[in-house]
This record gives sequence, C-alpha cells and structure tokens, in this order.
Amino acid sequence: MEVIITIIYYCLVGFVSALLIYNLVKTKEWQKEILTIIVLIPFVLRLFMLK
Amino acid sequence: MTPMFRKIAFSLVGLLLLIVSGLSFYESRHLKEPVAVSDGLTTVVRLSTYFSALEGTANDCNLYVFEGKEPGATICILGGTHPEEPAGRLAAWLFAENAVMSKGKLIVVLSANRSGTTVTRVGGAYPPDFTIATAWGGQTFRLGDRWSNPLDQWPDPEVYIHYPSGQELAYVDIRNLNRCWPGRPNGTLTERTTFAFMEMIRKEKVDIVIDLHEAELQYPVISTIVAHEKGQELAVMASMMLTDMEGFKMGMEFSPKSLHGLSHREIGDYSDAISLLFEAPEPFLDATRGRTTREQLLTGKDDFVVKAGKHGLLFEKIDEKGWPIDVRVGRHTSAVLQVMAGWTEEHPDKPLVCENVPRYAEVIAKGTGAFLHAPARVRLDRLFNE
Repeated sequence: MEVIITIIYYCLVGFVSALLIYNLVKTKEWQKEILTIIVLIPFVLRLFMLK
Repeated sequence: MTPMFRKIAFSLVGLLLLIVSGLSFYESRHLKEPVAVSDGLTTVVRLSTYFSALEGTANDCNLYVFEGKEPGATICILGGTHPEEPAGRLAAWLFAENAVMSKGKLIVVLSANRSGTTVTRVGGAYPPDFTIATAWGGQTFRLGDRWSNPLDQWPDPEVYIHYPSGQELAYVDIRNLNRCWPGRPNGTLTERTTFAFMEMIRKEKVDIVIDLHEAELQYPVISTIVAHEKGQELAVMASMMLTDMEGFKMGMEFSPKSLHGLSHREIGDYSDAISLLFEAPEPFLDATRGRTTREQLLTGKDDFVVKAGKHGLLFEKIDEKGWPIDVRVGRHTSAVLQVMAGWTEEHPDKPLVCENVPRYAEVIAKGTGAFLHAPARVRLDRLFNE
C-alpha cells in the first residue's frame, strides 16, 4: 500500500512539475516566470528524491 | 530582451539554484562518517543479520561487537536513536573507538536510526552537520533529526496507532524510533528497525540495553536515568554513585507502564534485558532558543534559554557557561561505565568490565575530540563508515 501511494505521489509531483513548466513557457509576464521557477525547484528536488 | 531569451535566462538561474541546493542535500545525506574502531573490536555485523528484511535499507546499520577475554554479561549501547541529540551518538562513538572489554561483551550502535541521520528538521533551520575539533583536524558528523527521513518512510498517517498497545500517538512519531518499540516485521521502516533490534537483543541474550539521549531544558525528563522496573536497583545505584563520586547530578525515574513505544518500556517488556534510557541537557533543542547554529549545538550556550531559566521555565539549571558538548558526552560515558560497575557488583559471576573509555572529568579536561582517532592512521580493517 505504501509503495502504491508513493508511486501515485511521485506521478502527481511529476504532473504538477509539467504544468509549471507549461505555465513558464506560456506566460508573458516576467514576474510570473520568476515565481514559477521558484515554485518549480522544490518539486524537481522531490522528483529526484533529494529532499 | 526577447521573452524567449528572458525565459531561458531565468531558467538557467533556476537550474543553478537547483544544482547548488540539490548537491547540498545530496552531500548532507551521503556524508561519510569514519569510525576508527578500537583494537578491542571482535567483529562488525549489520542489523539485517538479525532480520533480513532490513537489508539494503537506510537503517541497516553497523553493530560493533567487543568481546572480553573472560566471559560475562552482554550490554548494548544505542547511540543515534534521535540523531539530533549528538552527545548520545558521540558517547557511543567514544566507546566504539576506545573500548576494550576485559570481561563480558559490548555491542555498540552508532546510528540506531540511520535514516534519521540523513535529514534535518524541516523548517527548523538546523545546520546539516557539525565538526568536533581534534588534534588531527576535526571530524564532521551529520546532525540528523528526531525522525526517520521521509524519503525513506512515507506517508505519515493522520494518527499513529502504536503496535501492539493500540495507544494513539502523534502522527509524526510513526517515524520516531523511540516511539516504535518493540516494532513488527511487516511494519514501517522504523517499526522494522526496532523489530530487528529486538531480534538482536533476544538472540544475543543481551542483559542490559542503554539508549543514549539528550533533552531540552524545558522538558521534565532531563539529567536522569529512566529505568524499566527490572533495572531499578541498577539505575538507583548508578544515579547515587555518579552524583556522589563524579560531581554531576543524575536522577532516576521509573519508566511509565502506560506510555508505549519507548525503549525503556518495551525492550524490558518484550525481552529479558534490562532497559535504561539516559538523558543529558541540550539547549539546542529548546523551543525558546536563539539562533540554531553549530556553535550553539556544541557550546550549549543560549541567552534566550538562560532567560527562560530566570523565569522559572526550565527543569535544569543553565547559566552563561551553557552545556558544552564535552560535559554532555562525559555524563553519558561515565553513566554507562557506572552501570557496568554496578551490574558487576551485583552479578560477580557475570561481570562487565570495560577499559580505556574516558569518564566525565577526562572528557571535559581533554575534549571529546581527544578520544576520536584519525581515520588516516588506523589499519584498514579497523576503519568503518556510518
């Protein structure tokens, strides 16, 4: 059960990371670009199991 | 600047931050801690020897075994149950690097919750590591946290229901090694770890288990030995002798029968061993502390905690001298040696005699680092990593 939840969790993290990258590409405001990158960092760290 | 060029520039800065922070987290998690083990070492075994399901996990820690020339009792010292209480771990380290047993058997664990050594308190601004000064340059240790790393055990439940008592505990304590005794073979990583220790204690017929800790000064269980009822006499004798002979106050308290998951309760209940838990004062853990720095961790000095003491909010004294790490480590080494001496007095047919480990006054006089040995100068078969 623990393994299944963990897999679902990492899929969610990957999905949100992909959405953030999509937003980064699409947005035209530089403030939102910075915000998106800052938000993205912990998601990627978690995806690589670093934190 | 075109939008695309700007996005690439911001992304590169983000990537740089990601690499720097990622490397820092990786290095912190994988920092090697050398152990230059004493010549009194007999063998080193992994915890998974006693419960194979632990093999390959973060908590498959080393057990350093020292057997005396003459038979006697078996004692186990657990360091690193709560890694962010470093005096417990360092005291165990002094035993691993110096102990020579002449009678009986000693089993030393330096990283009882090894997973907990690879993470620091989320939001706690903990330093990732600390260094003990030595004549050969210093040895760096991972600071760690009270709980297993969420990367190794996840997710946490809404409420942690302790096995087998059914007692409800704080959800996060499902990753607290000292709330998961006696463990179970099909439980979480932390429960499997305590189960493996219980298997070791039962198979090795351990007579005494000592779990080394530190506590915040605002916590009432401090500067004391918490004893299972089987170890009351031993703890009382050790408490009296330490207070009288070595000049530091050491209390004694009973392990509450209705508080479950703790080593001093469950090891005694689920094995033949006497279980004791030692607490030393660590201002670093106090909620009212100031800056959470390496210096504060090692000197035990903190103006805010001193002020809390002046308002009567503490259960242990503190002044401008603080609670230096050498004082805290020395308390633990002396207390362990005193328990061995008390046991031997009560059981002359099953003695425990340990030599070469410094006591309280010696650790304070020379410093903890004086008893840590340079990894570069020891034989390779005596060098291990935690």
